[in-house]
Amino acid sequence: MSLEAEVGVFVEGVLNYFGTSVQQHAQCGTPHLALNARPEISDYTGIIQVSGKRAGLVAFTAPKSMLSVMLMRMQETDISHENLCDLVGEIANTLSGNARRDFGHQFQISVPAVISGRGSTLEYPDATRPIVIPIDWRNYHARLIVCLH
Amino acid sequence: MNSANAVPRHRLLVVDDSTVIRRRIERANDLEEIEFVGAASNGVEALALHEQLQPTLVTMDLTMPQMDGVECVAKLVQRDPRLRILVISALADKLTAIEALEKGASGFLCKPFTDRQLNDALRKLISG
Repeated sequence: MSLEAEVGVFVEGVLNYFGTSVQQHAQCGTPHLALNARPEISDYTGIIQVSGKRAGLVAFTAPKSMLSVMLMRMQETDISHENLCDLVGEIANTLSGNARRDFGHQFQISVPAVISGRGSTLEYPDATRPIVIPIDWRNYHARLIVCLH
Repeated sequence: MNSANAVPRHRLLVVDDSTVIRRRIERANDLEEIEFVGAASNGVEALALHEQLQPTLVTMDLTMPQMDGVECVAKLVQRDPRLRILVISALADKLTAIEALEKGASGFLCKPFTDRQLNDALRKLISG
């Protein structure tokens, strides 16, 4: 699969996630390689480690306000820190798991790890360049970071 | 006529490591025939709750810590072959679905899902 096609798999996953889960469509900006600076990390970040045929990580990072509204759209009344962590991890898990439709059974994913705080940093695998997919939903901005060997 | 017989009751156990998803499944279920009886966050917890709550239906996530869903499906079906299990997972490849069905699951619903898709899948599960 070409790099373009691989990125397309994740873009399609993002659009499907928002259209289905919160039933309000999102838009993806132009995916780009993070060449000079590390991708910006938002309030909450869900991280999935990928192993098997491909190795690396997939991370979804979003502001607290966006995740809070998403929870409300799901009829969730408990907008606690714990549920915000849970949601961001679940989104990362869903976007990575859905990618197996195209990457195959050997695209093995971990349970999600979650970090909170804008100052956080992600550990990227050596000799990889993260690809950033900007996500716009309502007035909010999130990012999907895909970094695979 | 006994009204309790008019609406057959199915006892639902929800298994998922995400609290948000567990609560969402509980809330979204609008089938009168299905009564939510409990929730577990991994396979080990699910086995313990199965013994305690005696559910007739289970929704099962696959990627979970401690014991994953596929292993848990196999163990639950071994205990109770009549148990109906709906796997609800983000793992969207065909092989994963086939593996879960081979272990004894009765259906597969891919995440993300709408409330309607969930209820359709649950309806199918109790009518099958």
